[in-house]
Amino acid sequence: MNLRRDVFQAIADPTRRAILVLVATHAMTAGAIAANFDTARPTVSKHLAILTECELLKQEQNGREIYYHLNPQKMKEIADFIEPFRKMWDDRFNKLEAVMKKYQTKK
Amino acid sequence: MELKTKVHAEEGKLELIVTREFDLPLELLFRAYTEPEIVEEWMGTKVLKLENKKYGCWQFETTDPAGNKHGFSGTIHDFVPEEKIVRTFEMENSGFGVQLEFLEFEKLTEDTSKLRMHIIYKTLEERAQYLKIGMARGMGLAHNRLEKIAIKFKK
Repeated sequence: MNLRRDVFQAIADPTRRAILVLVATHAMTAGAIAANFDTARPTVSKHLAILTECELLKQEQNGREIYYHLNPQKMKEIADFIEPFRKMWDDRFNKLEAVMKKYQTKK
Repeated sequence: MELKTKVHAEEGKLELIVTREFDLPLELLFRAYTEPEIVEEWMGTKVLKLENKKYGCWQFETTDPAGNKHGFSGTIHDFVPEEKIVRTFEMENSGFGVQLEFLEFEKLTEDTSKLRMHIIYKTLEERAQYLKIGMARGMGLAHNRLEKIAIKFKK
């Protein structure tokens, strides 16, 4: 199993999440993306490579420049992935809260 | 809106952190984890054994809609009332390995409290698999539960 291609692993990193937010509105070149971070350019390139590898980002050639844009379909996959897990716990905890409030009022 | 339940899963780490703030005093939150009848109520599971002490063990059993029974069990490694529970957790006969759980309970105000679940897996694959269970469950079970709770409130 190649972990680098695991979408979930890809979004676990805060810098990569920030990149996804950046390109969410419009396609950007690697240079334009890197300009938003204090991190060294090669580090940003590495993040872009990982995001591209797992198809969260798509590359598009426009003249001499390569633009990165978001792959909404893959993003949806993630939302479908971690959000249900969070929701599962959220529901459980909501239930816990509701149950315990009952005990609280009994006092 | 700030989410009450948060899941933190860092890349390449064997751990998972779930945090939640409750509109409940610490005492009630802790009881929800230690009194068998209450655990049964909110977890929707049968509590076969729950020994709240160091060297104690716990054993739950759930029955799915098809009538199949599923066992969950583990041992308790540390138990400090209204502070923490350290335990192992295993889904029996599921092919999943055992995981280590650190549950930390914290008082925020007189009426609010916080739970931090720190879970450690043997491998990254197991962590990923465990997250995927949420997907399967999240779809089916949670919705059923939500409906039931909603019905309760209607009364």
